Amino acid sequence: MKKVAIIDYGAGNLHSVMYALERLGVDPIITDNKSVLSSADLVIFPGVGHAQAAMKALHAKELVDFIPTLKQPVLGICLGMQLMCRHTEEGDVDGLGIFDVDVLRFKGDFKVPHMGWNGLMEGRSILENIENDVYFVHSYYVPVVSETIAITDYNGTFSAALQKDNFYACQFHPEKSGVSGEQILKNFLKK
Amino acid sequence: MLKKRIIPCLDIKDGRTVKGINFVGLRDAGDPVALARMYSEIGADELVFLDITATHEKRKTLVALVKEVAQQVAIPFTVGGGVGSVEDAYYLLQSGADKVAINSAAVKNPSIIKELADKFGNQCVVLAVDAKLVDGTWKVFLNGGRVETDKELFSWVKQAEELGAGEILFTSMDHDGTKAGFAIEALKKMNELLTIPIIASGGAGSIAHFTEVFQQTDVSAALAASIFHFKEVDLPALKQALRAEQIQIRL
Repeated sequence: MKKVAIIDYGAGNLHSVMYALERLGVDPIITDNKSVLSSADLVIFPGVGHAQAAMKALHAKELVDFIPTLKQPVLGICLGMQLMCRHTEEGDVDGLGIFDVDVLRFKGDFKVPHMGWNGLMEGRSILENIENDVYFVHSYYVPVVSETIAITDYNGTFSAALQKDNFYACQFHPEKSGVSGEQILKNFLKK
Repeated sequence: MLKKRIIPCLDIKDGRTVKGINFVGLRDAGDPVALARMYSEIGADELVFLDITATHEKRKTLVALVKEVAQQVAIPFTVGGGVGSVEDAYYLLQSGADKVAINSAAVKNPSIIKELADKFGNQCVVLAVDAKLVDGTWKVFLNGGRVETDKELFSWVKQAEELGAGEILFTSMDHDGTKAGFAIEALKKMNELLTIPIIASGGAGSIAHFTEVFQQTDVSAALAASIFHFKEVDLPALKQALRAEQIQIRL
């Protein structure tokens, strides 16, 4: 069985991600230990909370320069995805810079956070053939760029997911997205 | 397009489901985890658990329940009922709840909304508010309607939004239990006032009431309890019917 590690830096959805993997028969390790992370077959970078606090925690654990050096498939979820970008408007902090794009705040005459089930368009890679809705909760978004592997529309389009080399990321919560979320996690586990 | 959410609400006491759950085919209709799993399978978009336990053992049993739900159910859920402190919220979120609903504690000390939002993020903080019309003014009530407060509904939810609430769960006590439809006018007004999502609660008795609330107001979600538990409204049929009315619904 593949060894899956979840990066432990105090993210709120860490246990939800762990339970979702357990439902798929995977027994993940939750760790902030770099050698354990390096030796895992797959790494998950969860995230719920505030970008500034999260980056502070990652700095404290000396993970900011380390995560971009990982060679195995890595999946960032929600805030995890946003932190993998260059910079975020949330708390005006620099991220890990894996994706060369800035995270922006939703602005306009509509409800924020974007909270609930929404569809995926132009899904490829781990999102190919995912046609059912997935669950989003976020106030900041990543614009559509060349690394975008799925698009969602909420008063304009944004990146529902990104991929660059071994780094995958989704803005939505696969661990809370019912059957479609399970399929996405399975697709990632096959990488 | 973002879909409108349909949310069954489960009342919990001492770790068990209470208030007339009558489901054919469930071995133990008092088991909240089995119910939650069933609702998730038939298409509920989210779940709300309201704990009405009044004993000292409350936190322990609730945390154990939350953990079990999180382990077994792959849709988001909110837990409320007596969340009185940041510490209470921490244990629930840490055990796998996606959001916590606060009600009385926020009325008594509004700054708890900001504390929770700063610590866990706005998206985790649902302000639950029960209100009814008193002499032409929507007044906020506590303890299931037994205690009237000096708060006026609309200024209170606006204040909650400014303090960092991520969502409002508004129950109209004038409509709750009547099965005569949601508080359309109040929901409309609240929606115009707020930029955060609103969950409509109280009054649903038929599919037409859900159609009405989504067509006439811009609420993000509608919540109901016994009509789902007693299958007076069949959840999959409801979602099909809403979709047929061109309302954005996840099937």
